Amino acid sequence: MNLFSNLIAKAGETLHWLYIYLGVARITDLLDNVVVVVAMFGGTSLFVMFLVWMERKVSAHMQSRIGPNRVGPLGLLQTLADAIKLTIKEDIKPVNRDKIPYFIAPIVAFVATFMGLVVIPFDNGVVVQDLNVGLLYIVAITSFTVIAILTAGWSSNNRFALLGGFRSAAQIVSYEVPLVLSLVPVIMTTGTLSLNSIVLFQKTLGMWFVVPQIIAFLIFITSATAEANRAPFDIPEAESELIGGFHTEYSGVKFAMFFLGEYIAIVVSSAVAVSVFLGGWLPFPYLSAWPVPGFVWFMLKLLLMIFLIMAFRWTFPRLRVDQLMDFGWKVLIPIAILNILITGALLLFFGKGA
Amino acid sequence: MTDLLLSRIKGDVSSSGTDEYVVNLGPQHPATHGVLRLIVKLDGETIKQTTPVLGYLHRSIEKICENRTYPQCITYTDRVDYVSAMTVNLAFALAAEKLMSIQAPPRAQWLRMIFCELQRIASHLLWFGAFAGDIGALTPFLYGLRERERILDLFEMTCGQRLTYNYIRIGGVMIDVLPDFVQKCRAFLDYFDPKIDEYEDLMTYNPIFLERSRGVGVVTPEVGINCGFSGPSLRGSGVSCDVRKQQPYLYYDQIKFNECLEMAGDCWSRYRVRMRELRECVSIIRQCLERLEPGPVEAKMPPILKAPPASEAYVRSESARGEMGVYLVGDGTPKPWKAKFRCASFSNLYLLDQLTRGWKLADIMAVLGSFDLIVPEVDR
Repeated sequence: MNLFSNLIAKAGETLHWLYIYLGVARITDLLDNVVVVVAMFGGTSLFVMFLVWMERKVSAHMQSRIGPNRVGPLGLLQTLADAIKLTIKEDIKPVNRDKIPYFIAPIVAFVATFMGLVVIPFDNGVVVQDLNVGLLYIVAITSFTVIAILTAGWSSNNRFALLGGFRSAAQIVSYEVPLVLSLVPVIMTTGTLSLNSIVLFQKTLGMWFVVPQIIAFLIFITSATAEANRAPFDIPEAESELIGGFHTEYSGVKFAMFFLGEYIAIVVSSAVAVSVFLGGWLPFPYLSAWPVPGFVWFMLKLLLMIFLIMAFRWTFPRLRVDQLMDFGWKVLIPIAILNILITGALLLFFGKGA
Repeated sequence: MTDLLLSRIKGDVSSSGTDEYVVNLGPQHPATHGVLRLIVKLDGETIKQTTPVLGYLHRSIEKICENRTYPQCITYTDRVDYVSAMTVNLAFALAAEKLMSIQAPPRAQWLRMIFCELQRIASHLLWFGAFAGDIGALTPFLYGLRERERILDLFEMTCGQRLTYNYIRIGGVMIDVLPDFVQKCRAFLDYFDPKIDEYEDLMTYNPIFLERSRGVGVVTPEVGINCGFSGPSLRGSGVSCDVRKQQPYLYYDQIKFNECLEMAGDCWSRYRVRMRELRECVSIIRQCLERLEPGPVEAKMPPILKAPPASEAYVRSESARGEMGVYLVGDGTPKPWKAKFRCASFSNLYLLDQLTRGWKLADIMAVLGSFDLIVPEVDR
């Protein structure tokens, strides 16, 4: 008994010494963040699995079909089955590929989109890291996908994949401008780039930003759909065109990474739209008395936005590449700039300050 | 053969100094048109030349028919255009009847009209789905097929088959319809009419669809007539070419229906013509159902059908795609000496090259879809 209590005393002393002399506090901080990120990673992966199932079910019901209903209850384990299938698939690689870029491209695509989740507020203060340049960070991160796509297209040693990569990169780069421009009026109004602060501002404002900034909201959704290469902007991965897109030469897990990257891009864009325009974790108007945590409101709105983006895919035909670029440069950007001018003028005249 | 073809393609259009490359669309591709191979010469995204390569679905139907008796040939006619089989059956039956001077009884004629118009609706529904799918809207395909299932149920009720019917025979039809066919047909038409409005709501004035199809693939009337264009595609250019109006067969002259014409000649016009034709078909079927009277469904014919020696007959009919012609030469035996099918898709395909030069790759799909091509008709 004595020996036992001695051991514990000794262990305590050692820890105390480690704490003071080796700065273990910094390591525990680091471990803190690592745990949060891993939890975020795991949670998002599960959510994405759910989203894939949701897409198949939503598309099926919109098309007068049923969708997966055999694998697991309501077909919920379908994504798991697909994931297992993709994992055990043979990894077919073109012989003359550029080895290192070919390997890195899907990883970059996957990681870049995941990184966007770091600044999303799921509830008041529930952010992995509430960067005070949150929006800027997200916009910067989404540019990584361009690199991934170009690298994938080039390293596949396939002229069609290269063309698909070029088209996709051109599309993403063109639609980043209206994406950013549509966020500028909100930033001007709130004076901050931190997403959590923007949500709090909407709380003090009394209404969500979608009401005064409806145009910016619409531009944002359109640009976000184009950023994620989703219909009606999915020329790069159109199946009824001959060019298979930048991920033609990828199979198995590498393809799964591109695929998941696309879904996470949708989640991130929707989450930003929800936080900036739809009030984030704030309750729905007139329902603030309900004893529901902010996280639930956030998830509800997020699912609504994602449903909207999915409905786009199965309703609209595809835009041709040049029409797509025309629309981005000649229609969305002028409207976004006009919106900024009007918002600026209104802010000036109604004295909310710069 | 491929070298010859490629050298002909490369030699045709002079290079402008930028890199041109030749790309192969098909013969298998996710677009729904079957085994059609297109060799496309591209300059970046712009098309320089499109060369269709045919023959992937050639089954020597015309040659085979030379070794089959006239009734046996009818089964082969189903496979000439399996999406719109009744109309091909009809064309051959009419040609054989003309050759052998057989007159089908009135009830058979009305039934033939009803089934051809039902087949036209079914074919246009499939076209609608395929065209929308080519443009990128994946949902209307399932809507079109959903309605088509009902029509195929009606067909199955009558002749037991859903795709290749062998129903319209020389001298009449195979068998009379079941007693509740008329009521079921009417029920289908009542169900279907508002659906056309639904599909128009979804697609016709959709801005993206308009951008993809308006002004794309314009066929002027002169070019259309000179190149042997026919059917709804030519009516989209404003040319009145409906065989049912010009040389009425069956009882089309006793029925009131409008010929659907649109003036612009682009993909959107061709789309509009077919959507309006859907409504016209519904009206035609309703009129035919009213005029249906009891009677025999097959003419009195000799047990072995023999054509008179040194005889020939050519009959034009309006299939869902355009003008379907059957030319038969008889030589006194029970088998035709020559059977030739003049198919609308084969003639319509010719214009693809002219219409897509200078346009983008995605426009090939739009134009091809708007032509409503069926490859078995092209190749036979």
